[in-house]
Amino acid sequence: MPMGEFRMPSLGADMDEGRVVEWKVKPGDTVHHGDIVAVVDTDKADVEIEVFEDGVVEELVVPEGDTVPVGTVLARLRGAAPAGGPEEAPAPEPEPPAQPAAPPESMPRREPAPPASAPTPTRTPDEGRRAPSPVVRRLARHLGVDLDDVRGSGPGGTITRGDVEAAGRQKPADQPRLTDREEPIPVGSHERATKMRSAIGALMARSKREIPHYYLSQTIDLEGTIQWLEAQNAGRSVAARVLPAALLIKATALAVREVPELNGFFVDGAFRPSSSVHVGVAIALRQGGLVAPALHDADTKDLDTLMQELRDLVNRARALTLRASEMADPTITVTNLGDAGVDSVFGVIYPPQVALVGFGAVVERPWAQDGLVGAHRLVTSTLSADHRVSDGHRGARFLATIGRLLKEPERL
Amino acid sequence: MNTDEAREVIARILGQIAPEVDLATVAQDGELQQELDLDSMDFLNLVNGILESTGIDIPERDYPQMQSLDGCARYLVAHSSDRAPGPMS
Repeated sequence: MPMGEFRMPSLGADMDEGRVVEWKVKPGDTVHHGDIVAVVDTDKADVEIEVFEDGVVEELVVPEGDTVPVGTVLARLRGAAPAGGPEEAPAPEPEPPAQPAAPPESMPRREPAPPASAPTPTRTPDEGRRAPSPVVRRLARHLGVDLDDVRGSGPGGTITRGDVEAAGRQKPADQPRLTDREEPIPVGSHERATKMRSAIGALMARSKREIPHYYLSQTIDLEGTIQWLEAQNAGRSVAARVLPAALLIKATALAVREVPELNGFFVDGAFRPSSSVHVGVAIALRQGGLVAPALHDADTKDLDTLMQELRDLVNRARALTLRASEMADPTITVTNLGDAGVDSVFGVIYPPQVALVGFGAVVERPWAQDGLVGAHRLVTSTLSADHRVSDGHRGARFLATIGRLLKEPERL
Repeated sequence: MNTDEAREVIARILGQIAPEVDLATVAQDGELQQELDLDSMDFLNLVNGILESTGIDIPERDYPQMQSLDGCARYLVAHSSDRAPGPMS
């Protein structure tokens, strides 16, 4: 069958429906695997939706602005792989859209798409700054400002929030603003905050209802690790500096390979381990609420790459622009509340995942070692895990492994 | 760079990091990360924004001097003469 169907994806266990905010393609456009074709508004964020087939857009079935249930056909593609492709396999699939009809490229989704064909390939933060950020674009829509008419005052001529606000103020008073239209919700909106709170509440209630959690914690001496990191960063310019969070995520990703029953999904009464490690990173949003998108294949990436991707992910999450694959497929989640100053966090597992790792603040404390007490920087790691899949003994081994790996940061 | 120019640079960068905060209500000598609810990634973005708009590359060991709006402005004024060649605002 030469016709492919592009469906509303499930971007997490808590998503029932989504609204098509924007089509990035029109009928007749050629699309390639990994291209971003639409932006979908969930309760949590605007999410960029990738297509996982090659083909030509035949028809946009759902117009911009419409809200439809997960699984609804959004568009038809000509010359695409037969239906039954990845978009039909929603969220909890451990390897959902990664393996469509093209076996030669085993993990093409993680690679930046060819620049010519990808409207928004994997951006570095630097590149992202040249184009107006999603926040700025949303604000412009909200104020009825045409970005083409705005001169950017930011670095490299980037249009900033301030530029858009200034342009908005200059608009003639009698010109109607577009606020009455069903436009994307501006950042900080109470409506989105309320919807997100209720989505989080529903998912966490389900987690506590269905998942028999057990909890472990371990204090890790990070003094040597932080000294190593400080020495590394001392010789680097700002953009190349690595935050401790990147080390914690990498150690977690490596450790879970040794205890695979913490990595994957519990679906339909059975545990499905994942062969890849996609670490969900819990990111607090300024307007309240949080998202936990994935750093893909975190176990295989070096610290510098991981740090760049983490930075990009946090910045895009805060701009409320994430990609579908990032939302849908974390295999384990890390929450790091260190910046908030708490010693430890015992998190609630994100269904259908089976484990959540928490890190508190890195704090200097008295620490006894070899019969001597000294001032060391410590971090408390915690594990919340699903007793249907693992037990405390294996969980303890996992935390011990994280601790051991962090002692040798140069090998991370 | 004088103090007013430094404050303006900082305000512009923070406006992108924490757009909902009215800096006029933030105490100049208050703990910046607390007042603005900045995490370590936000702080890294602040330091990076300063580098991009002034050419001043702030090493990690100087971060403690950047803990308030006043501290940031003082730092920029003090170091604006030894900046690396780079884009100027």
